[in-house]
Amino acid sequence: MNVQLFYLTLLFYAVATVGYLAYLVWVKKPLWVTSRVVLIIGFLCHTASIVARYVEAGYTPVTNRFESLVVFSWLLVAVYLAVQLRHTLPVLGAFVTPLALGLLLLASFRSKEIVPLDRLLDSNWLPAHVWFAFLGDALLGVSACFAAMYLIQEKILKKKKIGPLYYRLPSLEVLDRLSYRCISFGFPLLTIGILTGSIWLKSIQGGYIDWQDGRQTASLLIWFLYAGLLHGRLIAGWRGRRIAWMNVIGFLVILVTFLQLSHFQK
Amino acid sequence: MEILCIGLNHETAPVAVRERLALTGDSLQETLTWLKGQPNVQEALVLSTCNRVELYLVTEQGAGQVDPVIREYFTDRFGLEEDDWGRFHYQYGYHKAIAHLFRVTSGMDSMVIGEPQITGQVKEAYRQAVHQKAVGTILNRLFHKCFHVSKRVRTETELATRAVSVSYVAVELAKKIFGDLSDRQALLAGAGEMAELAARHLVNNGIAGILVASRTLENAERLAASFQGKAIPLDSIAASLAEIDILLCSTAAPDYILRADQIREAMRTRRHKPVFIIDIAVPRNIDPEVNTIDNVYLYDIDDLQTVLQANKEERKKELKRAESIVQDEVRAFLAWISSLDLVPTIVSLRERAEEIRVRELEKALSLLDASVSGKDKKTMEAMSQAIVNKILHDPVSTLKEAEENGDTPGLVEAVRKLFSLGPKKG
Repeated sequence: MNVQLFYLTLLFYAVATVGYLAYLVWVKKPLWVTSRVVLIIGFLCHTASIVARYVEAGYTPVTNRFESLVVFSWLLVAVYLAVQLRHTLPVLGAFVTPLALGLLLLASFRSKEIVPLDRLLDSNWLPAHVWFAFLGDALLGVSACFAAMYLIQEKILKKKKIGPLYYRLPSLEVLDRLSYRCISFGFPLLTIGILTGSIWLKSIQGGYIDWQDGRQTASLLIWFLYAGLLHGRLIAGWRGRRIAWMNVIGFLVILVTFLQLSHFQK
Repeated sequence: MEILCIGLNHETAPVAVRERLALTGDSLQETLTWLKGQPNVQEALVLSTCNRVELYLVTEQGAGQVDPVIREYFTDRFGLEEDDWGRFHYQYGYHKAIAHLFRVTSGMDSMVIGEPQITGQVKEAYRQAVHQKAVGTILNRLFHKCFHVSKRVRTETELATRAVSVSYVAVELAKKIFGDLSDRQALLAGAGEMAELAARHLVNNGIAGILVASRTLENAERLAASFQGKAIPLDSIAASLAEIDILLCSTAAPDYILRADQIREAMRTRRHKPVFIIDIAVPRNIDPEVNTIDNVYLYDIDDLQTVLQANKEERKKELKRAESIVQDEVRAFLAWISSLDLVPTIVSLRERAEEIRVRELEKALSLLDASVSGKDKKTMEAMSQAIVNKILHDPVSTLKEAEENGDTPGLVEAVRKLFSLGPKKG
């Protein structure tokens, strides 16, 4: 059941992605309205697929590559829809939906089999750690989308090459502010995610970090990168392009970690 | 019935004529009362702005009947030259009049395309006409529709959001950089006309404050007073870079007044908050290398022209989209008008058939008389009804289908002729 729902979600997201990208080209309101409806239906399917898998497996379904990708993609869309409640930014959809769709496509190549939960992972720490960390990652993902939009608009304004995107994208100020706001929510969540993971690890292995585990090391690296970004912004007054690039690179590192290093892999 | 638009605007008539016809208060009321009194006119509305005077009329016959009367009225009442009206006015009938009104209300026919005031002016004209009870079913519906169209054009196209003058482009760019301008400061250096205009646009768009620097402090103070800004000496521009966000330059200085290293220095003190520099002076006031500094956006006059050109192209596309909305809505409106004729036509078609059926049935029965049983009579009656229904079924459903597609007028006319239903009522 969860797998059928997964494919249905994939289909809806594909349609929404095409819709949002088409909106970017033609800027017709019906395109955007339809895409939003399709995306919301897809999101409901997505939610149902995760709930179904939770029921079928009996544990929070984030223990293998397929599940992680599905949940990450779900949270990205959730954050986007939440941002939509405050700011009608259809253009953002053209950045977030391809990302969510891409993650699902990658997931579709993975094994969808439900395997019994590893004894080590069978703990209340699992959902706590995972939800905080993933939600943090998703917020940083949307922040990176804003940063990417910033970089495009910045380049247009600097090079004075006025094209369609100049008209579609919001002002630098708005993009900068929204991107920062997403980080200011995402970074604390990421921090809590890392802390809970670390405490959990201590209870299993007796140490707060396992340097052999690439994912843990990478998480720490990501944490320092964003901490540096926030520090630079708040204390040193870094602005604009530099911050935006750091933001995008930070999220790329998160993505690579996600794709290269499987969760809880021995 | 005919819907007419008769008038003149900034494209057809010079201001000398338009100003004579500017109808306000009493003269507007008077004109409406006069129009209402015309035997051929059923409904009337007068739209008068500084760029146009237009009459929207619902009349029994075409423009031929009313036009001479209106020409006479305007020529005599407002002292136009004998042939002025003839030379400068235009008139549109029916779907052209409807489309014209939709375009006018949406700002597509304005001098500055997309300007929003016109919608309010049309609303006011409509309010006046309603107040004087000069509008009826058709104009009521038409004007409600035109506000709907203007809203659609505003929300579905970006007609109104494209700056089409160099000075306004500067404001548009400022908004693309800073978003809201209400907490930004600008500095106007030099008193070039275009820069001054841009500064005025900035003020109108809610900029927090303006500093003015000029070669003579006297000039600066005079200009600053008109913006409710502050005058500063020309040589303190570099020093004030820390506090301002937008710099408008148009001084006659033969050399750069700001070099890249000065601005780099200023960026440090202002903690790299973005700066937008508009250099409209020729020769240029600002070293072009400044544009390579992070968070500094430097636009010279040619750059502004480039953006302006792009805006014009973009606006053409938007106009096309607005036009297709207008055409959609004109079709919908025509369909509504023809549906006003459609229902009575179907009713009279049915009545006519029923009348024939009853007459012929009675004729036949009276010839057969006693020889038919009650049961046979019923059969004949049923048969006559069935024939009528079968024959009418197709024409009636075709008429109804045509209504959905909005091409009833011709068909309604044809049906009325073919079945001798007589002329339309109303």
